[in-house]
Amino acid sequence: MTACVPPSFAAMRSELEARCARIGRRVQVMEVCGTHTVSFFRSGLRSMLPANLRLVSGPGCPVCVTAQRHIDAAIRLAMEERVIIATYGDMLRVPGRMGSLERRRAAGARIFVINSARRALELAREHANETVVFLAVGFETTAPATAATILEAEREGIENFAVLMCHKLVVPAMCALLDDGPKDAARADSDHTAGSAAGAALDGFLCPGHVSVIIGSQAYRPIVEVHGKPCVVAGFEPMQMLAGLVHLARQIEEGAARLENVYEGVVSPDGNAVALELMRRVFVEADVAWRALGVIPQSGLELSPRYRRFDAMRRFGIVEGDDEDDPACRCGEVIQGKVEPAQCPLFAGRCTPLTPIGPCMVSSEGTCAAWYRYGRAMKEAAR
Amino acid sequence: MKTELESMVARPAGAVSSIADERIVLAHGGGGELTAGLVRAHVLPQLANEALSALGDGAVLDWPSGSLVLTTDSYVVTPLEFAGGDIGRLAVCGTVNDLAVMGAQPVALSLGLILEEGLPLEVLDRIVSSIATAADEAGVRVVTGDTKVIERRAAAPTSNGDERGTAREGMFINTAGVGRLRGDARLEIERIEPGDAVIVSGTLADHGLAIMSMRNGLEFDTPLRSDVAPLNGLIGRLLESGADVRFMRDATRGGLAGVLADVSERRGVSIEIDESAIPILPAARHAAEMLGLDLLSTANEGKVVAIVAARDARRALAALRGHTLGTRAAVIGRITDAQPPLVELLTRIAGRRIVQRPYGEDLPRIC
Repeated sequence: MTACVPPSFAAMRSELEARCARIGRRVQVMEVCGTHTVSFFRSGLRSMLPANLRLVSGPGCPVCVTAQRHIDAAIRLAMEERVIIATYGDMLRVPGRMGSLERRRAAGARIFVINSARRALELAREHANETVVFLAVGFETTAPATAATILEAEREGIENFAVLMCHKLVVPAMCALLDDGPKDAARADSDHTAGSAAGAALDGFLCPGHVSVIIGSQAYRPIVEVHGKPCVVAGFEPMQMLAGLVHLARQIEEGAARLENVYEGVVSPDGNAVALELMRRVFVEADVAWRALGVIPQSGLELSPRYRRFDAMRRFGIVEGDDEDDPACRCGEVIQGKVEPAQCPLFAGRCTPLTPIGPCMVSSEGTCAAWYRYGRAMKEAAR
Repeated sequence: MKTELESMVARPAGAVSSIADERIVLAHGGGGELTAGLVRAHVLPQLANEALSALGDGAVLDWPSGSLVLTTDSYVVTPLEFAGGDIGRLAVCGTVNDLAVMGAQPVALSLGLILEEGLPLEVLDRIVSSIATAADEAGVRVVTGDTKVIERRAAAPTSNGDERGTAREGMFINTAGVGRLRGDARLEIERIEPGDAVIVSGTLADHGLAIMSMRNGLEFDTPLRSDVAPLNGLIGRLLESGADVRFMRDATRGGLAGVLADVSERRGVSIEIDESAIPILPAARHAAEMLGLDLLSTANEGKVVAIVAARDARRALAALRGHTLGTRAAVIGRITDAQPPLVELLTRIAGRRIVQRPYGEDLPRIC
């Protein structure tokens, strides 16, 4: 059987191979975005990488980084009288302390799966005697749509609409990982007794294409300038992902830290001005809780004072609780790149896509789900 | 209310053009005059045949010697009508195809209609008409049936997590089918051997993506259409070609991935497939990318996966391509003896990955 291999693809592969060989130690690159994680597996590119290049999945799957306390709040809201929950599908099965939204729905809670924030507002129009609570989850990719919806609700005086704010920002989380982990991958590798901390030492970031369309490539400046880590923005086609890795390897070999963009047709330096302005009008940055990472300063969005009456927590007087994650679940370390899914004692045993314990196994873009679905590692161990 | 009921009972058969505002009411399922009127006016005219028109409690079919194959399936799709088909066409083709891949020539179907209160009669008429057309295409008769009406459900999400489609009122269909086992079919999963060729009869994922695109309000340059079609003609050609067909399955829910995972697991063999050989429409590739869905585990309703002895692969392919439903048939992989049994995909860029049975229905991703 033959596959269609464009010549420049082969050339890039050899360059990546040669550079990683010259670097001569383990090279660790974080792909921040869940869509990248899945695309690496789905395209087969993951199986073709140099042996000493390790891809580390980052905190870029919206469902995976949602703290348990927010799932619990959503479930509390679902149990309120005359409340309809409108949510993206991935959130349904994430287990909180009181079960999942899916279970609440089977028990009679009114939970609608929707595909856009605007549809949540339509539901509010259609159900005037109930309050529709939209679970506002996601990074800068989905936050502008939430902002636009809130403006529309205000303009039209739709008061039976509220949002549970769970929006998060990508760059502060990347910075937090770097503040927390060892700074120098080369050193961590040389004295590595393969402790979990060494696992997080990163040589660079493959930055997410979708989010970058909104925030612009310049948003990663702090990673490069403050933390001295190479950043390359890439799309999701195998060619683009491979190009991203080649650009990272060049920088790592040179000992450089530059901001590069191999997704230039789509991602501009300054991002989408309209979307950014929408977010500025409606949201303010806030310290928010991330799953297993704890509270990260200025890493999320909440409603600005003018729009705070749309905040579901306030409207229903729900107090944010604590997280009580299953102590055996290592999702938190997985999304920080400290361990690989197979190192979690629950992986593929108690925790599977059918019986997820941690959020990384729920979302189709979750690291654990991707490993479970496409992973050779566990299957090949048997072969 | 009474006048509305009366007007429905009173309407003579065939007067279907002026019913735009008329809807199913609970009494249509009561088994009385209203039920009989509904069947006479809206079901029989389009499906009429001797066995059905007798309106007995069952149908009597002449049966020559040989083996009988029986199957049943229920259809609950939303939206009821979609690009390329509707629930009626699906209910005929799904059951016909289950018979066909078993190596049977379909003979007759039963038709159970479960209608929701409020369903517009014009929708029912369109769907029954579509059932008639599909049954004609497949060369089967609907010989017995049943009609029930259920109370209107509250506007609520369906069990698969999606919102209901545009039509708020729904219907469900159950069909059972009987067929005669063909003399030229020797379909047994145990006969699959390493080296055998894996063939698909055409482009994959069209049905699932057409439905998902509609549910998600996505529009693409080339609108995707469901591939729902009766496969008994195509499969007849394949079997008549004399190719040694070891096993067949229609790749419905779970898609190609589901079928191959079953074969691998049950027969204990590995399967290697080549992504660049798998026929996929550009619009389907685009839609899958937008929705974050895997083409290999997306549903088809008019595609067969056949496992054929390697020496006969060419002959099988020629037979399939000679039929209008098989013009894009392709050999996409082969059975191997690698252990443990796995399905492995050689990707377009010559990488490799495991293909697993999907677990439940895929949901479009958030971003």
